[in-house]
Amino acid sequence: MDQVANYLFQIGFSFSIFILISLGLAVIFGMMRVINLAQGEFLMLGAYFCTICNQAGIALWLSIIFAALAVGLFGMIVERLLIQWLYGRVIDTLLATWGLSLFLVGGVTTIFGPQTESVAAPLGNVPVGDFGIPVYGLVLIAVAFVLLAAVYAFWRYTPYGLIVRGTMQNPKISAALGINRSLVYMLTFGFGSALTGLAGAVLTPIVGTYPTLGIAYIAKAFITVISGGHLPLLGTISAASLFGTIDGVVATISTSVAGEMTVLFVAIVLLRLLPLGITGRLNRGV
Amino acid sequence: MAYRVFAMQQPSQRPRWWWWLFVAALAAFFITMPLHLELFVILEMSRFFGLAMLALSMGFLWGFGGVLSFGQTAFFGLGGYGYTVLALNTGATTGSVFFAIAFGMAGAAVLGYFMIYGRISEIYLSVTTLVFTLILEKGVRATSGDQYVIGTVRLNGQNGIPTVPQLKVPWNPSVELDINGFFYVGATLLVLVYLGLRLLLTTQFGRVIVGLRENERRTELLGYDTRRYKLGAFVLAGGVAGLGGAFYAMSIPLAHPEMFSLGRAADVIMWVLVGGKSTLIGPIAGVFAIEHFKGWLGTQGVGQVTLVLGAVLIVFVLVFQQGLLPTVGMLPEVWRDRRQVWRRILALPRTVAAVDWGVDELALLLVRRLARLIPGSASRSGRGRT
Repeated sequence: MDQVANYLFQIGFSFSIFILISLGLAVIFGMMRVINLAQGEFLMLGAYFCTICNQAGIALWLSIIFAALAVGLFGMIVERLLIQWLYGRVIDTLLATWGLSLFLVGGVTTIFGPQTESVAAPLGNVPVGDFGIPVYGLVLIAVAFVLLAAVYAFWRYTPYGLIVRGTMQNPKISAALGINRSLVYMLTFGFGSALTGLAGAVLTPIVGTYPTLGIAYIAKAFITVISGGHLPLLGTISAASLFGTIDGVVATISTSVAGEMTVLFVAIVLLRLLPLGITGRLNRGV
Repeated sequence: MAYRVFAMQQPSQRPRWWWWLFVAALAAFFITMPLHLELFVILEMSRFFGLAMLALSMGFLWGFGGVLSFGQTAFFGLGGYGYTVLALNTGATTGSVFFAIAFGMAGAAVLGYFMIYGRISEIYLSVTTLVFTLILEKGVRATSGDQYVIGTVRLNGQNGIPTVPQLKVPWNPSVELDINGFFYVGATLLVLVYLGLRLLLTTQFGRVIVGLRENERRTELLGYDTRRYKLGAFVLAGGVAGLGGAFYAMSIPLAHPEMFSLGRAADVIMWVLVGGKSTLIGPIAGVFAIEHFKGWLGTQGVGQVTLVLGAVLIVFVLVFQQGLLPTVGMLPEVWRDRRQVWRRILALPRTVAAVDWGVDELALLLVRRLARLIPGSASRSGRGRT
């Protein structure tokens, strides 16, 4: 029984990590088609903002929200300075954001040094039979689900979501309908960045804070969104459930690296079988 | 002469005498190098030769096949590890170099089959290759335990394998090559790979590859199985990268997970982009320029080298797309027609965005005019100032 609970927790946990790290990317890459290789660094910035706020004596929950807002703002600045010149030039976007990624890693290392800062994970463990399940892990799972539901509801049921989706689908028609396309792009990019910053901040107590934090997650995030296919949210959810389950199971049986290797292998085979991604044949949805 | 080599307008044309002269001059330059340069420089150059092969493999794929593969470092690392493990187990170094090439090609064939025959889009291919090399890095880094042994060789995870065997004389396996000998082998291989790839572009295979870059759909409609050609180019580039990896591992000498890393993958892009991806000589020049620049930066106390490199990459993407060598190649044209060429060199993104925006404004205007023609439909748009 407690063995089963432990398994379930592992699977839920790795599912939530997949969701958290790829939700921002699902907005920026999945919806906007901007290949943002600096996505991992946005995650890292979120973690740093959260750590700094927390070390300054602000409560962790508040720090996490501050971090999300700060990274969102940073994302909008990046969009204005860099990305807005590159819409439609996919490869150039990819290269430029790679430059940004190197720049950010270098900059953060210069300012804060290469050592790992840490924030203590609050809330302790809850005993389940012979195992102790960290309560913060459960909070993480809850956060992932709430975030997912909130983003889905926002895209699907609010007028803003409709405007954003319409603009991404056909920018010229939306512009002709009087929508300020440039502003929508900027805000959407900021929204995606904020989601990423939030993810980084929430992950900090578990993984620590260091300049190359992003590199560890960027690969996972991209394979999740790519395997998901052209419906950013549904695709991300389905890919994250698949990969999260595989990763959770393999990581519990063997090592976490084996889990990641298996996920990559499955993702590559999946590309051959479903080149358009899991949601490739669906026409409706977000 | 030089500018025509650098610009190299039509890759499918058979090279002319001045190109052969250029290659011969390059080879002669390499041969005379150990005579008048310090030992340190020779060692550095030997290291660059391996990296230059890596750059060539990506430059060939990206500049001529239009396939932007970030995973060349994966085959580079596979080559390095393949050589080291086999040479340590068997002691046969020449054979192991061939194995490194084959290993790189095999890796590329497996990954390439799934991506290219799955017909995933260009950009997904880029990201997937990147993910592939990152995961391989993670996998190799995790092999630090005693249980990870191939034959008699421990993989050593994070620390890499420091006992990479030096290359031996092929016809006399009891003698190891000295530093100069190793340098000559590297220079010869690099020139041969360059020659081979350049001449390959003039063959039917090479022309189809360039056709893929220009228009894949059209090439396919002409009756070529584009997937086969693309996979062929991918596997070939994997082999070149594997050779580079084996050579690089010998030169430092260390087979290390760093060879697969994101930083190395970023280096490859820098070399090719800065050197100029529309030529094959550009990536090679890029290696020497950037690696030298990095060494120089390290001694200048600017702190983080990646900070500067990131900025350089952004600047080159935004305003200097052609890269250095093709720009040098265009200089004579600059004199003939200045304005036109500057526009080509500085493909200013601002103008592109402005043109795009102009089209939108035009569409908006058109819709409003049409709306006015329909009786009773007052403009409900908030911005009806026109």
